[in-house]
Amino acid sequence: MKRQELQVAALENGTVIDHIPSEKLFEVVNLLRLDRAKTAVTVGFNLKSKKMGHKSIIKIANKFFTDDELNQLAVVTPNVSLCIIRDYEVVEKKTVTLSSELTGIVKCNNPKCITNNEPMRTRFRVLQGEKTTLCCHYCNTEQPLEGVKLC
Amino acid sequence: MKSSLVTIAGHSREKIEYLLEMAKEFEAHPNRRLLEGKVVATLFFEPSTRTRLSFETAANRLGARVIGFADPKVTSGTKGETLKDTIMMVSNYADVIVMRHYLEGAAQYASEVAPVPIVNAGDGANQHPSQTMLDLYSIYKTQGTLDNLNIYMVGDLKYGRTVHSLLMAMRHFNPTFHFIAPDELAMPQHYKDYCAEHNIKYVEHKDFDADVISNADILYMTRVQRERFSDLIEYERVKDSYLLKEHMLCKAKSNMKILHPLPRVNEIEYSIDDTPYAYYFQQAGNGLFARQALICDCLGITLDDVKNDKTIID
Repeated sequence: MKRQELQVAALENGTVIDHIPSEKLFEVVNLLRLDRAKTAVTVGFNLKSKKMGHKSIIKIANKFFTDDELNQLAVVTPNVSLCIIRDYEVVEKKTVTLSSELTGIVKCNNPKCITNNEPMRTRFRVLQGEKTTLCCHYCNTEQPLEGVKLC
Repeated sequence: MKSSLVTIAGHSREKIEYLLEMAKEFEAHPNRRLLEGKVVATLFFEPSTRTRLSFETAANRLGARVIGFADPKVTSGTKGETLKDTIMMVSNYADVIVMRHYLEGAAQYASEVAPVPIVNAGDGANQHPSQTMLDLYSIYKTQGTLDNLNIYMVGDLKYGRTVHSLLMAMRHFNPTFHFIAPDELAMPQHYKDYCAEHNIKYVEHKDFDADVISNADILYMTRVQRERFSDLIEYERVKDSYLLKEHMLCKAKSNMKILHPLPRVNEIEYSIDDTPYAYYFQQAGNGLFARQALICDCLGITLDDVKNDKTIID
């Protein structure tokens, strides 16, 4: 990529999360708790993208997430690109995968569920089918993965 | 081994038969000192008099002492105490906690935080395993078997928690279900899918008359409630279509029994109470033995312990 095309400054060491649908940007920020980050976080919002029209990108300096942390992103942004950068070079590319159980990430959409009325962590089984659905471990209510609300 | 009872949806055929066998032992000799020295807590975060009396009688007849509350207004929940705190506090006093709660999933959560076993006595619209056990026991007792029966479910099949639990628990026993309900309260698609997945035969009927139910072994009636209808004109139209009248029993099989989770309003004509088909009051009575079995099972008391019990009071 030519220097002048870079829309966000390059990263020396850290993690790049690219191809985030712009409307999901702040959900990614919340999921990874970037508001509490101790290192520099560069956010590009509504950048031009050949693939997506518009996209967002986040670069987090000197921060390397665990797979569990990154896999949470599968709930809201299953198609993001993840690059691990060391010394300005991409040393690893990752994709996110949805685990078979989600703990403490998503809210149950049943207002009468105990998880919405008690200070506790939610828990869901992920049911892979034509459409991915989540089944609450507590109240057994099912909801489609699309459109879930985060905790 | 002590273990909580949150649902019987996952119980195997063997486990269900084991619990029914235990209930049968208790029916033969309900009064014992098997639980002498034990304390059973009944925490009713939602009032349910008949369920509570049944559980408390079960505990009392086995010699346990009972503590608890029947009305959530008297607990600290109204002061903002969490369920976990209440459960942890009561766990200090009781050997087993029987809990009724208005929130769904409350029993599962309580079983995860409590150091003593939890018996779910109903959590919102979710699970009510002791009702299912007494339904199974009533069917087993009146038919001599749970296998290959024609079970007719009538009324509110959409919100009726008892019919859903019964349907799932019967999957091991090759039943044929017959669903009779107004369109607005029809059996939800995912339970029909459940039947398909488990090779359970089912038939849906529009009419509710003598011919339709002539093949029934069990007629499971439920209440059609006005508040379940979004369209009150529809309610007025269908409300009388799902009432069981005595003349409709003219073609019934001699072994046929009518069950109802109670309370009944008008869906079973009162004159039916005096026919040999009526079984709903005995059904409720069976709840005592089913609950004795469930409490003992949660406390780690085995069928052998019950069979060899030397504490029977005649």
